[in-house]
Amino acid sequence: MALDPILLSRLQFAFVVSFHAIFPVFTIGLASYVAVLQGLYVATGNAVWDRLGYFWTKIFAVVFGIGVVSGIVMAFQFGTNWSNFVRFAANIIGPLLSYEVITAFFLEAGFLGVLLFGRHRVSPSVHFFAALMVAVGTFISAFWILVSNSWMQTPQGFEIREGVAHVTSWMEAMFTPSFPYRFAHMALAAFLTGGFVVCGVSAWFLIRGRDVEAHRRALSMTLWLLLILAPLQAFVGDEHGLNTLEHQPMKVAAMEGNWDTQSNVPLLLFALPDRELQANRMEIGIPNGASLILRHDPNGVVPGLKEIPESQQPPVWMVFYSFRVMVAMGLLMIAFALAGLFLRKGGRLYTSRFYLRGLQFMSLAPFLAVLSGWFVTEIGRSPWLVYNVLSYKDAVTPSLSGWMVLVTLIGYITVYAVIFVSGVYYLFKVIRQGLDELDPDEEIHDADRPARPLSATHVPFDGHTSASRS
Amino acid sequence: MQMFDLSLIWAVIIAVGVIMYVLMDGFDLGLGILFPFAPDEDARDVMMNSVAPVWDGNETWLILGGAGLIGAFPLVYTILLPALYLGVFLMLAGLIFRGVAFEFRFKSHRSKRYWSLSFAGGSFLAAFAQGCVVGAYIQGFETANGVYVGGALDWLTPFTILTGFGLVVGYALLGATWLVLKSEGHVRDWARALVPKLLLGVLAVFAIVSLWTPWIDRGVFERWFDHLQVIWLLPAGALLCALGIFLCNRHGREGGAFLLTLGLFVCTYLGLIVSRWPYVVPPQITLWDAASAPESQFFLLIGVLFVLPIVLVYTAWSYWVFRGKVRVGEGYH
Repeated sequence: MALDPILLSRLQFAFVVSFHAIFPVFTIGLASYVAVLQGLYVATGNAVWDRLGYFWTKIFAVVFGIGVVSGIVMAFQFGTNWSNFVRFAANIIGPLLSYEVITAFFLEAGFLGVLLFGRHRVSPSVHFFAALMVAVGTFISAFWILVSNSWMQTPQGFEIREGVAHVTSWMEAMFTPSFPYRFAHMALAAFLTGGFVVCGVSAWFLIRGRDVEAHRRALSMTLWLLLILAPLQAFVGDEHGLNTLEHQPMKVAAMEGNWDTQSNVPLLLFALPDRELQANRMEIGIPNGASLILRHDPNGVVPGLKEIPESQQPPVWMVFYSFRVMVAMGLLMIAFALAGLFLRKGGRLYTSRFYLRGLQFMSLAPFLAVLSGWFVTEIGRSPWLVYNVLSYKDAVTPSLSGWMVLVTLIGYITVYAVIFVSGVYYLFKVIRQGLDELDPDEEIHDADRPARPLSATHVPFDGHTSASRS
Repeated sequence: MQMFDLSLIWAVIIAVGVIMYVLMDGFDLGLGILFPFAPDEDARDVMMNSVAPVWDGNETWLILGGAGLIGAFPLVYTILLPALYLGVFLMLAGLIFRGVAFEFRFKSHRSKRYWSLSFAGGSFLAAFAQGCVVGAYIQGFETANGVYVGGALDWLTPFTILTGFGLVVGYALLGATWLVLKSEGHVRDWARALVPKLLLGVLAVFAIVSLWTPWIDRGVFERWFDHLQVIWLLPAGALLCALGIFLCNRHGREGGAFLLTLGLFVCTYLGLIVSRWPYVVPPQITLWDAASAPESQFFLLIGVLFVLPIVLVYTAWSYWVFRGKVRVGEGYH
């Protein structure tokens, strides 16, 4: 069997970036939550906010630490597997990605240290300020990454000279048509991720009756937030979809499983798209649904995949199903946020075991939604790496052979499996230990440094933990 | 923008970044390499504690180097990484393993052995792979129209294996002189006894590589045996540093031994650059060929010039805060 370096490189990039993406999307949301908690502490003087802040800062530290480690590989993936892409796009992508690293550097050197280790060394206001700056910093990092990705989706502000892209306008190249939508969608996704994890963890403690007062507060405030954010995300997602329809119509055609450009297109709930057949094997849908959503008119014309040759169509079923998983997760999140409101009215929010158990499982939903959402937008772009400009075939490293990619793919999977298992295992350990009583004389060790976020948690990796009281 | 040679400025920034990385990550990789040979578990704790405050910041230089290359010299990035494909993977796997091991060893009891093993193995792998990269760089890369056309294992030859082990021994020397500086009692005595042996190893590799290199490539030969005699100060400096390390170590001047080891690395590094200047992807591509567009280099330069001084000051400050010896039983468990 011939190993295809392009397919394997795509798999490898998808694996590495998916694995990595889990952590930043979590830390972005969590950083903002920690800033809110520390802000509430400064505003009210109530120590329970500080305790919650400390607990979630420790979790933030672990997740941030794993994210940094897994991110090292990302800086090299472009060159190892997609060197012709870098050669083509370095004038644009290079500075953008470097600015992300510089931001992270700056963040690490400055405010992260104060947030993680300055709790007893600076005043609560200064500590809050540091938390706020870390939250802002995570968004700046995300900004650069999404600017780069949006340029690959809807490229502009450049010209091609001798096969290399040259910037003609940084403003145009950075603020491409899809960027504002992508950024808003991703920012909300990060908040939803942080929010549902906080809910799930709080629910876990409430079921066990530990630190009930604090976790009730956490759950209550987060559910109010989710009640606004989850429906808002549906709206922003819809706007993002309309933007995609304008700039990448074939991606939307794949999302809808629509082959022919026509009016009165149904909204498919389930289908078996088949690229060889150039049709769906079977479909169950709501009549006129897709036309209504995309054109706000039951007779609206929706573009179909047959407008382009089969070789240029994305793998339809992957886009189709990923999109449905994302939307399903989104609807589930809205449902849980609404259910929270009703239970609150009935006064059973903190006691309904059924709901609290459900919230625990819902911690996973935003991660699933984020990954499947990225699958939609990335796979939906294929066969283009830079939309309508550079294809995978022209972007891959020419000297690469299939076995080289396979060897490193297996290698990365092994390495990341070890990190993931030990990291998540440790994360659960930190969570189980629960809220600490804040001790103003807590010893701060020499080895605790901002450059090592994980050192902010003094929880043993194995052996006995103080969580045995549960 | 025409007033400055942006490519030259960037070459200096990246060259400084690389040597910063080599010097700063070098000694903690070196400790990882020496880890299995440590006399006891106490010594291992001291070794780790001596670098705990600083090691992770050191590796950020590597990421900055990678990203900076895409921005300023994309051709270097797009030729070197494909050419060193498997080596880069080994290096990254090594660095990741030792990074995770570093954190979890502190927090573990029963699984401590495995984390120690990962720390040592990862350090060795990363150092060896980096040494091979140095060797591959001296060898040069087979390119056509700015694209790598060589094989998957061109970077693994007898010469690069030699440079690979050379860097392992070199990092071990850095680690040993660092440990002498940062420890006391039996740990320091052990490290101190290692220094002359490691120094001998480094000098042996240094001699073989120096004799071998000029014959690998005509350009290198001409550079060294042409009219530019002033560059002979670099190997002379390296030898003086080596002598200094030996004497300092013997007479217990700990700071001197460590600083001179850094000096030895700097002289060797400059010698390497001089051998190949102005080629950044030997034997054909110069730094001007490899540069990105001036507007891109300029755009990025603004950010780097703003942040780099802050990072440098902060780094210096954290070394200052954690100066002095690490004792057995200090740090956390």
